[in-house]
Amino acid sequence: MANFSTNEFKSGLKIMVDDEPCSILENEYVKPGKGQAFNRVKIRKLISGKVLEKTFRSGDSAEGADVMETELDYLYNDGEFWHFMDAKTFEQIAADEKAMGGNEKWLVENTPCTVMLWNGNPISVLPPKFVELEVVETDPGLKGDTAGTGGKPATLSTGAVVRVPLFVQIGEIVKVDTRSEEYVSRVQQK
Amino acid sequence: MMWQPCADMATLKKRAEILNGIRRFFAERDVLEVETPVMSQATVTDVHLASFVTEFVGPGHAKGVKLYLQTSPEFAMKRLLCAGSGCIYQIGKAFRNEEAGRFHNPEFTMLEWYRVGFDHVALMHEVEALLKAILECGDAQYISYQQAFIDHAGVDPLECEPAALKSLLQACGMGDIAAMEDDRDILLQLIFSELIEPQIGQDSPCFVYHFPAAQAALAKISQADPRVAERFEVYFKGIELANGFHELNDAAEQQARFELDNQKRRASGRAENGIDSRFVAALHSGMPDCAGVALGIDRLVMLATGHDSIEKVMTFNVERA
Repeated sequence: MANFSTNEFKSGLKIMVDDEPCSILENEYVKPGKGQAFNRVKIRKLISGKVLEKTFRSGDSAEGADVMETELDYLYNDGEFWHFMDAKTFEQIAADEKAMGGNEKWLVENTPCTVMLWNGNPISVLPPKFVELEVVETDPGLKGDTAGTGGKPATLSTGAVVRVPLFVQIGEIVKVDTRSEEYVSRVQQK
Repeated sequence: MMWQPCADMATLKKRAEILNGIRRFFAERDVLEVETPVMSQATVTDVHLASFVTEFVGPGHAKGVKLYLQTSPEFAMKRLLCAGSGCIYQIGKAFRNEEAGRFHNPEFTMLEWYRVGFDHVALMHEVEALLKAILECGDAQYISYQQAFIDHAGVDPLECEPAALKSLLQACGMGDIAAMEDDRDILLQLIFSELIEPQIGQDSPCFVYHFPAAQAALAKISQADPRVAERFEVYFKGIELANGFHELNDAAEQQARFELDNQKRRASGRAENGIDSRFVAALHSGMPDCAGVALGIDRLVMLATGHDSIEKVMTFNVERA
């Protein structure tokens, strides 16, 4: 992998820090008028998810991380691994629980996910921003209630639990924001 | 195509008012406004400054002569002092290669002034008066470099070993860079930027004076304590705003410092810069005892308008220039 000098640093660049692939979140150039310039860099470690600050001397460089994001369709879970397929090449890749990082609760078969690969191995899986899932369990709720009240927990077909308005009933399809893990709306059933 | 300015019109009006205010301030004090060349045949030797260079080709210079864009107007203004100008100030552009960020643009506006007969203490008080006039801020705080380190980092910067500075940086999560760095002054600069600057001058401007002699730049070494130089910096709300000296006016000492800079440049793999012989010659002819300071106008406007990024107070930053 190529090396990147601090002048090439920008948010989104993937570099190796402490033998772990990292993504640059923020990069600030710091220079005392008469002193050495350096870069104060905020990074996210892509495996552990930890966010930390690191200081580089300006002009120094960091090794690039061979990290790429690819759109893959989720196929199935075999109990240990979650299997994904490239819809163009039909190549399959399996992600372990660590790479899933809890996002398995949003996976719907045959939906595209963003899989991050490091040296060809999956290290994280991002489901679509919005998913539509069936409510399989929730309190019946009272007629006449509106979305303005506190809502109630509902279990969805994938096992995920979100708060929904009181009027949402078992069997209905709801749209959920997977990033905030919040209910967005009911989905009209065809 | 991004053709619009970076700054909004209200900020540009405020900027113009500030420039007027500065000119009024110096007119009232009978300080003469001057202009010196932005392009010069010589430049600084500072290890941590990179100059832009261009070339003049024309009458008298058929083969071309190298011209450096000035990193500050210091040498030319000091030549005016040597020529008997008396107190002078300048508002002009300065250029520094390799510098861009939230507080840096490679081309920026600098206010620099020299007061004959002042020492650094008298000049600090004048800087405070200017800041009060422009920013309407409260009384400034004054702290020595040594005391700032003792109060905010728990080490004595004039006495402690580099190993102590390294372990302090390590404890603050900067072990990687500390491990690579053996230069005592760079370690001190890191500690200053990361640990001390965020803690000083938050409510009113803070003057830090008596920098270590090794960071004297063009300041006199203190006769009372040769460990320190008569140099000060001003910090306000996390911004390094100004840098001033009780000016070195000993030509031989100045020549020696330039040569030491060039030794350091060589050691760190940078090209040596030719010494500005006209400036040294002027010092030989005699420069009056004086103090001088350079203040970043863009940063001053940032403080006056509350903008958090230098581009927001500039018409067009380097990306839009």
